[in-house]
Amino acid sequence: MKCKPCGSPAVIEVRRHRAAFCRDCFLHHCREQVRRAISSHRMLGHSERVLVAVSGGKDSLALWDILLALGFQADGVYLGLGIGDYSDTSRSYAARYADSPAVAERGAKLHVIDIPTEHGFAIPDAARATKRVPCSACGLSKRHLLNRAALDGGYDVLATGHNLDDEAAVLFGNVMQWHVSYLARQRPVLPETAGFARRVKPLIRLGERETAAYCLLTGIDYIVEECPMAAGNRHLRYKETLNEIEDRSPGAKAAFYLQFLDQMLPVLDGVAEAERDLVGECSRCGAPSSAEICAFCKLVERATPPTDA
Amino acid sequence: MQVHLHNPKRDVEVAGPLRVADLVRQLGLNRESVLVICGDSLVTGDVTLADADEVEIRPVISGG
Repeated sequence: MKCKPCGSPAVIEVRRHRAAFCRDCFLHHCREQVRRAISSHRMLGHSERVLVAVSGGKDSLALWDILLALGFQADGVYLGLGIGDYSDTSRSYAARYADSPAVAERGAKLHVIDIPTEHGFAIPDAARATKRVPCSACGLSKRHLLNRAALDGGYDVLATGHNLDDEAAVLFGNVMQWHVSYLARQRPVLPETAGFARRVKPLIRLGERETAAYCLLTGIDYIVEECPMAAGNRHLRYKETLNEIEDRSPGAKAAFYLQFLDQMLPVLDGVAEAERDLVGECSRCGAPSSAEICAFCKLVERATPPTDA
Repeated sequence: MQVHLHNPKRDVEVAGPLRVADLVRQLGLNRESVLVICGDSLVTGDVTLADADEVEIRPVISGG
């Protein structure tokens, strides 16, 4: 198989683009897809400071590397979740990349926030205490703490490694349940509002097969093993289902998600605005909340042992 | 050839020569969900793997 742009021997095929690429053309393709997503959705500018949520996995490390390669001022933040060996290993991958020349040459740095140390609970404890599935407690904690890290650090924007497969799977789940309010919020850019940093998803034009290949071809080591808490979750099942469709109809996932952005999100603008108007402030931490106490403060209260007065 | 698989980690022996796309299909995997690495190199579906090759099939789906 030959590289479509240059004719050299290819190392990867991307069937939805009806193309195969050599190493160099593939890396250019990935960076170009991110540049295009950033530009077409006006995600961020070169004068802005970006905080990248880094997990030690392929998507977030590829995102950090690509943003640096594109010349953005991007620091990283790693959130320790307290999931035993998995968290220790994922943190070591994040730290290893943070120590690499790609990061050092740009003067970028990695912030580390450890939930057990700083908030007194681990994600498995929180899941047990709240009777939530672990991924729910994890997602809630990430949204709250990463937003706070961006605001406290004076960053203009928080970037996450959600890729095309993630977004297509979330969209599939939201459509299956007709969660209209979730659909209205499923945007590649969530604008800055009171208490919320702007949040962007620059990888929406790259599938996770591409982000994994990007890491392999640039020599970025990442944690390959799946989070033990996520095994068999609904999100993974949706991804498998979508990949079965993609195998038969290459491009189906991209059409499903990117056409949602073009065709459906404008219709849902009114729903998103009405939701934003309902948001108040948490009486404990000041974070945006539609209830008196925000969901994260409730989670902390239930997941941590009571202290003697 | 020896094939390394993940989640759970295990090794299986598969007879070569065999095209990458056929190996993935034979193992019941979806080519959209994996990368195939022969030695240190990423390989495309049309490459023929030899009996002596060492191959890793790396999953790319993550559930976070």
